[in-house]
Amino acid sequence: MLIKRPSDIASSEITSEAVYKDRRRFLQQMIGLSVAASLGGYLSPVQAAYGGKPLTYSKAKEFQLDEKLTPYKDVTSYNNFYEFSTSKQAPARMAHTLKPTPWNISVEGACAKPGNYALEDLLKPQALEERIYRLRCVEGWSMAIPWVGLPLASMLKRFEPTSDAKYVLFETLYDTEQFPNQRGRVLDWPYVEGLTIAEAMNPLTLMAVGLYGEVLPNQNGAPMRLVVPWKYGFKSIKSIAKIRFVEKMPTSSWMKASSREYGFYANVNPQVSHPRWSQKRERRIGEWGRRETLMFNGYAEQVAHLYSGMDLKKNF
Amino acid sequence: MSHRSFSFYKRMVFILCLLPALLLLEGVLNDRLGSNPIEALVRQSGDWTLRFLFITLSISPLRKLTGQSYWIRLRRMLGLYTFFYASLHVSLYIGLDKFLYWDEIVEDIFERPFITIGLLSFLLLIPLAVTSTQKMIRRLGKNWLRLHRMIYLISITAVLHFYMMVKADTQEPWIYIFILTLLLAFRLPLPIKIPLPWRKGS
Ligand code: HEM
Repeated sequence: MLIKRPSDIASSEITSEAVYKDRRRFLQQMIGLSVAASLGGYLSPVQAAYGGKPLTYSKAKEFQLDEKLTPYKDVTSYNNFYEFSTSKQAPARMAHTLKPTPWNISVEGACAKPGNYALEDLLKPQALEERIYRLRCVEGWSMAIPWVGLPLASMLKRFEPTSDAKYVLFETLYDTEQFPNQRGRVLDWPYVEGLTIAEAMNPLTLMAVGLYGEVLPNQNGAPMRLVVPWKYGFKSIKSIAKIRFVEKMPTSSWMKASSREYGFYANVNPQVSHPRWSQKRERRIGEWGRRETLMFNGYAEQVAHLYSGMDLKKNF
Repeated sequence: MSHRSFSFYKRMVFILCLLPALLLLEGVLNDRLGSNPIEALVRQSGDWTLRFLFITLSISPLRKLTGQSYWIRLRRMLGLYTFFYASLHVSLYIGLDKFLYWDEIVEDIFERPFITIGLLSFLLLIPLAVTSTQKMIRRLGKNWLRLHRMIYLISITAVLHFYMMVKADTQEPWIYIFILTLLLAFRLPLPIKIPLPWRKGS
């Protein structure tokens, strides 16, 4: 295991209680300070533009994973990011055109506090946490990635969604200067994705701003992207510029491109095959063999209840 | 061209045709195929199969354009290379991509039209490869030509396989469709005779 679980060593066992408490307070203050510092640094355009700047975060105890992490190099050089190219190797080369700072997010629709928010204002009040999640692409490959971010629910609650907010729609930035492939018609730009409000508020759903302890590299969806680990990767929309609370189920870009192939839910499900790829098994990047694909990508315990009584073959 | 110098060129072409396979091997050994080497292998071997198919199909237009008959003497080798890369492509799909999970392979063949069409293309190539020897050409006589006209059908199903495999960006398959259209159009009888000054006797 690469990451030690906090529970592996209890500091109180090896340090006297008073010293331990003192140290904890000191550490908390330090973390508070460096979060502020790192958020300040986060805005420095030169560093943030290429990712890689260290972030301060705590490790979320319940969201660790006892699997070998996919190497940083693979996570950052094998990306489906059609705004740059349909080649998975190209985004790492091309993504320097994206300018993730300054960055604004337009919050719209059925909520009490719509508005145009600067990214740093959305992040400031929250402590970042690291969570290791499996990522399963609909194309049949997978990774294990240590993300840094905050629970989407905690961010969305601040906008005070009303009872009309049945779904949340997300949009990637639309800017052909920063995303050259948006000049082409590979997909209907801007990229749109959506979640039910229950899915969005599920504790697993993460708004990520970093990976491997660093600011998100551009090709991974800087400066802020969704991570919905029990759904196929294309649901985890990158470089988010718009969040809208809506009453009707949004039509995602992939649903528009081919409604026969891509549904709204796109839950990882080895029993529901896709017209292009059998979803029974997957190849973990870095391995030669194939792994059995897990129901809801291994997160059934946390999310299966969201779909109880639903025909998952129809609602794919 | 003398017989000696032609067989020298033929040997050069033989080695040249082997290069893509050797480069793939080098890529595997030196970890140069990126994060998903299996996907890269299947795709690149598929690309080369289609390219060799097109190179083979361009031999007779080249003969017509240049008026030189030695092109034809490369055709069998190029056709067999097409089959070689197709076999490599299919083996990589079965052995590495699907890692011999036959339940998935069978499902693919019956439920995924792009695989069905790919397999059809490959199966149709087999009789052509088997009947490529001098002995078979003599034995089949007129039927040999009839049988080998199947390559036109195979070229269409092969390009269709590529087109159907693509998720959203059909630009590359369209380039292949365009080239194939030209190659096939060459087979149509010309309504007028176009003089090619460099050609003897035309
Ligand atoms: C003459 C026969 C064939 C030709 C010319 C051919 C050609 C191609 C080409 C050009 C590609 C696209 C490569 C790319 O995206 O760069 C491809 C992909 C593919 N072919 Fe074939 N193919 C043939 C037969 C087959 C057969 C028989 C199978 C399987 C039974 C097969 C399985 C595949 C698969 C799975 C892919 C996609 C791989 C992926 O999604 O990454 N092909 N093929």
